[in-house]
Amino acid sequence: MTTHNKRIPTQHIVGFIVSITLTLVAAWAALQSDLSVRWIIIGIMALAIIQAGIQLFMFMHVVEPESQGGHVPWNMMFHGGVLATILVAGSLFTMSFGFTHDHDGDGHNQQQQQEEHNENEGSTENSSH
Amino acid sequence: MQLDEFFVTGEPLIYAGMVSIALVTISMLFFLTYYKKWGWLWREWLTTVDHKKIGIMYILSALAMLFRGGVDAMMMRTQLAFPNMNFLNAQHYDEIFTTHGTVMIIFMAMPFLIGLMNFVVPLQIGARDVAFPYLNALSFWSFLFGAMLFNISFVIGGSPDAGWTSYTPLAGAAMSPGPGQNFYLLGLQLSGIGTLATGINFMVTILKMRAPKMRMFQMPIFTWSTLITSFIIVFAFPILTVALALMTLDRIFGAQFFTLTGEGMPMMWANLFWMWGHPEVYIVILPAFGIFSEVISAFARKQLFGYKAMVWAIILIAGLSFLVWVHHFFTMGAGAFVNSVFSISTMLIAVPTGVKIFNWLGTLYKSKINNTVAMMWALAFIPSFVIGGVTGVMLGMASADYQFHNTYFLVAHFHYVLIAGTVFACFSGLVFWYPKMFGHKLNERLGKWSFWFFVIGFHVCFFPQYFVGLDGMPRRVFTIIPEWMPLNIISTVGAFGMGVGFAIFVFAILYSYRYSEREKTGDSWDNGRTLEWATPTPVPFYNFATLPHIDSQDAYVKLKQEGKTTFEEDEVEPIHMPSNTGQPFIMMAFMFVSGFGLVFEWMWMAIGGLLAVLVMMIIRSFDYDEGFHVEVDEIKRTERSARRL
Repeated sequence: MTTHNKRIPTQHIVGFIVSITLTLVAAWAALQSDLSVRWIIIGIMALAIIQAGIQLFMFMHVVEPESQGGHVPWNMMFHGGVLATILVAGSLFTMSFGFTHDHDGDGHNQQQQQEEHNENEGSTENSSH
Repeated sequence: MQLDEFFVTGEPLIYAGMVSIALVTISMLFFLTYYKKWGWLWREWLTTVDHKKIGIMYILSALAMLFRGGVDAMMMRTQLAFPNMNFLNAQHYDEIFTTHGTVMIIFMAMPFLIGLMNFVVPLQIGARDVAFPYLNALSFWSFLFGAMLFNISFVIGGSPDAGWTSYTPLAGAAMSPGPGQNFYLLGLQLSGIGTLATGINFMVTILKMRAPKMRMFQMPIFTWSTLITSFIIVFAFPILTVALALMTLDRIFGAQFFTLTGEGMPMMWANLFWMWGHPEVYIVILPAFGIFSEVISAFARKQLFGYKAMVWAIILIAGLSFLVWVHHFFTMGAGAFVNSVFSISTMLIAVPTGVKIFNWLGTLYKSKINNTVAMMWALAFIPSFVIGGVTGVMLGMASADYQFHNTYFLVAHFHYVLIAGTVFACFSGLVFWYPKMFGHKLNERLGKWSFWFFVIGFHVCFFPQYFVGLDGMPRRVFTIIPEWMPLNIISTVGAFGMGVGFAIFVFAILYSYRYSEREKTGDSWDNGRTLEWATPTPVPFYNFATLPHIDSQDAYVKLKQEGKTTFEEDEVEPIHMPSNTGQPFIMMAFMFVSGFGLVFEWMWMAIGGLLAVLVMMIIRSFDYDEGFHVEVDEIKRTERSARRL
């Protein structure tokens, strides 16, 4: 038990600081930057991929020569991927499949959706009181 | 902020609540000081990392929460039996059904089961503690402080009132201003940290710390159900964490994720909530299935029938649990195709569940049943749960669901599965493992009284609700029409019957503490099949002096045949154990402070609390305490006295 020497966990500290920085950059991109929406989305996606990489390499034993990669959590990575797919595809499927808001095809569907929403909410509001 | 905005005022019932809280607190402080128990409390409980003590603390907290949720329930039933008495007004009723649901699911059912897991699982697999004892203590304190944060809402700031599902836009800042809904968000967020950590902890414990040579398919079934539950927790809880964080951003920092304005999508909350919420119901039912399997096989005195089928059924249920969430909001109007997909996946879950029911019946078939209280709870579970399950399949049919949705039919269904499943299992498991925990059994006669009051009360309370639901009575209403009166009064009588049952159970705990015979052997029921019964009672803090080699299912049955024990004197070696630490308690206390600050949007307090948490994390990161070794002499002394050698 005494073979552990009191070394500073450099890798973990670097990973911790970098992951917080990436989060702050993402928040800045969304709140403060002058980028267009498209580039904000692309930027945040890119940051998310880097973030996942940081987690895997700094904390999750993906590179670990001393165990010949024996601790790589392939199983969990696979299941995590499956779950993320269910989350995203499932939400898109339930929240948008079969809803037709773009009645006249002029591309303003988002605004229209919002208006419809407000109307619907308004009417249920009224009927319940 | 004025003091009368801080405390809830104007409700006599809440004043009574305040007075009782003050009295209980003062008397606890008095007794701790008078009997000089502060040091004992700190050394033995607040700083412990022992999985057995943490398990017991989980169970005691869960019983307190069961009391709180039960009082909420009886207040609602009183209001519905005498709607003209104005016992509760609409606002107060809304608050009470919200806290009843949240407390029962998040702060009663889960902690109760996690408490049993904590106590039992390391003993069942021959481990000396969980994989991460420090993290385990952290989990418990995060749950307890989360629960406290949620529970103080009814006297300070006002309770949340948007239902336990907290649907937006109702739960958003525009329609529910004030701290109430923030208590829900932060209380759940705080205790969710602990649950997630528990999931990771048990996953690693079960995968890595089994006794030498114990294969996966030789693990006791409760351990299996805990393992699968841990997987569900690890995959489902992050969804809740993110959803709660998004709504917190909405309410406190003016974001627009679930709002009506600013292109928010209110239904997205329901979608995310149930993506966590459906796996959540399996988080509370799978361990219950595990407990019933253990109890039934112990008191039918047979090996569990269809062990492998049982395991695969649990795995299948866990997988399907992530594919059915839309059945909670069929009426959102996602369209026939979407609803059909989820309708079919929902009905599929009935198949593995049916397999389990037949396996329990198969275990009971031609067995000689020991009619103990633990077994009675398990026997009552089977038919009651089947009623709940069958009505669940009815609700799963999307087109029919448009009729049942939001009525008492639904209320009856989920109480039938959650009470007959989870609550019966909690009672059954607690009675079953009670001698291992406390060194004496619960009084069987009082146990039977409590059982009959509770089970009959349960059916009298909830069976009529199916019919009043089919008659169109919606859930979450505080007043009713005359046609629904008779069934509602029957329901209320049943609810108070359950209350009496619970009171007798609590009395049985006190009575047994005083009068029950102390246990002399470790195998309290004489027919223990799994390793926990191989330990002496009370269990030494290191659990096993020597670890047995396991080469069969029902390990203890084999050990008994071979005349082996978990104390082979010539094989004893020093045991490495973790040190106690107060850090988890302190860290989570700061987290509580931070959460409380966020609830009232006092940013100085929230940020201050978080900084203190960060400091605690740094202290922990550079903490090189490697624990200590228990010497061979001490182990031998402890074991000899515990085993009366």
